[in-house]
Amino acid sequence: MPGRLRRRGRPPAAVLLITPSLVFMTALFLWPLVVGIAQAFGGPDGPTTAYVRRMVDDPYFWQATRDTALLIVVLIPLQFALALTMALLLRERPKFAGLHFYIWVVPLAISDLAAGLVWLSIFTDRGYLNSVLDHLGIGSYSWLSFENPSTMFLAVVVAELWRSTSLVLVIVVAGLQGVPRDYDEAAAVFGATYRQRLRYVILPQLRPSLQVALILRTILALEAFAVAQALTGRNFPLLVGETYQWYYTLQNPNVATAIALVVLTLSIVAAVGYLRVMRQRPEMKG
Amino acid sequence: MMHRSGPIDSYSGGARITRRGLLTLGAGVAAAPVLSACGGVSTSGTGGGSGSVTLMSNQFSPVEEKQHFEQILAKRVTGEKVAFNQVETGIFASTLQTQVDAGKVQISVVGALHGDLAPHAARLIDLDDVVGSLGDRGFASELTDLAKLGGSMTKYIPWMQASYVLAVNKKALQWLPSGVDVQKLTYDQLLSWMTAARRGNGNKPVFGIPAGVKGLYHRFFQGFLLPSFTGGQITTFRSPEAVTAWQYMKQLWAQTATASTNYDNLQEPLQRGEVLVGFDHVARLVGAPADKPQDWLMVPAPSGPKGLGYMLVLAGLGIPKGAPRTDQAKAVIKALTTPEVQIDVLRQNAFFPVTNAAVPTDLPPAVGLANAAVRAQRSAPGAILSLPPVGLGTHDGEVGQIFKNCFKEICLDGKPIKQVLDAQAGQLNAILSELKIPCWKPDPAGGDCRAA
Repeated sequence: MPGRLRRRGRPPAAVLLITPSLVFMTALFLWPLVVGIAQAFGGPDGPTTAYVRRMVDDPYFWQATRDTALLIVVLIPLQFALALTMALLLRERPKFAGLHFYIWVVPLAISDLAAGLVWLSIFTDRGYLNSVLDHLGIGSYSWLSFENPSTMFLAVVVAELWRSTSLVLVIVVAGLQGVPRDYDEAAAVFGATYRQRLRYVILPQLRPSLQVALILRTILALEAFAVAQALTGRNFPLLVGETYQWYYTLQNPNVATAIALVVLTLSIVAAVGYLRVMRQRPEMKG
Repeated sequence: MMHRSGPIDSYSGGARITRRGLLTLGAGVAAAPVLSACGGVSTSGTGGGSGSVTLMSNQFSPVEEKQHFEQILAKRVTGEKVAFNQVETGIFASTLQTQVDAGKVQISVVGALHGDLAPHAARLIDLDDVVGSLGDRGFASELTDLAKLGGSMTKYIPWMQASYVLAVNKKALQWLPSGVDVQKLTYDQLLSWMTAARRGNGNKPVFGIPAGVKGLYHRFFQGFLLPSFTGGQITTFRSPEAVTAWQYMKQLWAQTATASTNYDNLQEPLQRGEVLVGFDHVARLVGAPADKPQDWLMVPAPSGPKGLGYMLVLAGLGIPKGAPRTDQAKAVIKALTTPEVQIDVLRQNAFFPVTNAAVPTDLPPAVGLANAAVRAQRSAPGAILSLPPVGLGTHDGEVGQIFKNCFKEICLDGKPIKQVLDAQAGQLNAILSELKIPCWKPDPAGGDCRAA
């Protein structure tokens, strides 16, 4: 929100200082946005909603919207619960805490497509999971078949969980390190249980980091695509996967941009929503 | 956020990734920044000196096929030095268009599919003299007719062809209903055969189609199923006959291995034994019988109420107007239609001869099987030739997707057929009304093409 920072009557030094970021935002965000809107709503004969109608009439679009929403709703609470648990475990300084941390953070270094391929080798019909099941005499199962949408979804959730929880973990661990132990110890002295300390002492102080993690993860989850693509192809379509499909395979950049604008709108709505919700709470508590 | 698409983000893996696909992907990811940095595309060919003839083509994009073809050129086309410039379809069209329209042509020969050349008929010189001097090649008349691109003059010389056939593992013949000739199947016979096979195989379907993300199953609907039932591809898109065709497809799908939605090609599942009978492009089937050719058959596609609809993939060689070294270019075209080159291309890249070149007995047996099936299909009584869409340009993928959407909504989602066809016909006509192009075979030419 560079516009908001500009105020009249200030010395030009401030303007000069924000100029680089203004230029960057204009060149890398505002300009592509304007071009994108022009591409999504501009046909050969002037403004048109034809591309948006194509998008809405496409049988994959609504499925992709539903899948993306479902993924976010299921994935993010799970991810935060897991990351928080892991971070609190680390806070207790167990043996080899450093080693645990490094192992948990490894997925952060792996590209999403590579992660998708790793999980594909596990879930595919003749993959590791089915080999193990077969070995145990349980028999194999088509985890990723379109006929089994629930296991297909499960596979995508597990893979995404593995791949992207570490990002939340890193942010939460960093946030926890900034929380002074004094408050926690004081609460303990006054007889607060662990659950009470967590609820009233630790979590409120973690709010800024949780907020950052939540916004980042929601936007990244809206953009998730490579893992689902590797695991399920187009059987579990996601919005960003559909932009790729329209842009690259169907060679229709206009419809692709229209879908990208939907993703952008959802990202903005989510980010603004989180900022509002998280800001109100401390005021209410006074 | 929306423009955040690096080479990794933008790669779609497809449901099943083969080892080769993975290696190609790795190479592609590594090469993408380098390639994109180049910006423009070299149109002067690779490694060709100033004295060479440039052949630009959108065919042979897999790197092995490109290398095979370069070896064939070096070995067989001895008169002229040919620089083979392999480009993507979009770049092929734009390069040809801009060079000819600007009057600065650097390419001497263009080689592409019929549908890629058709929009450029006015940019190609007449080749009646060349086709006249090649009488001994024995081009089939339907091929030389197509090469006129709707006019009276020959615009390209047929180069190579391909089609789609059924590959049959002989194990599946045990369930073939008595009195049915596997070489002359009808769609109804195929259905009852596959139904019997599923029952006989412990309720596991043995039929497969390439319905994966990169599969060519839309060609089955466009060139085989719909022409056989309706006699058309686009004009009859939502006719009552088309409803019958999709009803049939729904029944056939019930007898089809559901893993088909993960098959990008059929040779791998056929080879693994996951399916025993499958339909695909010949180049994507020849790998199946490679190890045990005696266990396999390749048979023509089935025929329906209107005849045996089949899709002919025909590539041709043309010369742009104003091209340098036209005489050498004609010599190169003639050299590429010699029996030796035609057979080399068949042997190496699984594209079939367009000439009467005798197929030698030492061919890989799989290629021989496919060749026989392709010929039988074309010469079958009641054959209905259909073409991959002509003149769609960059919209080819979208039109193909319309047929894929029909399959998804009718067969996978179980929606009412008529309703789906009406909705998709609306989409189809929206694309076609933008293009204003005539129909292609088997639909009658003339007027703007649209679904009635």
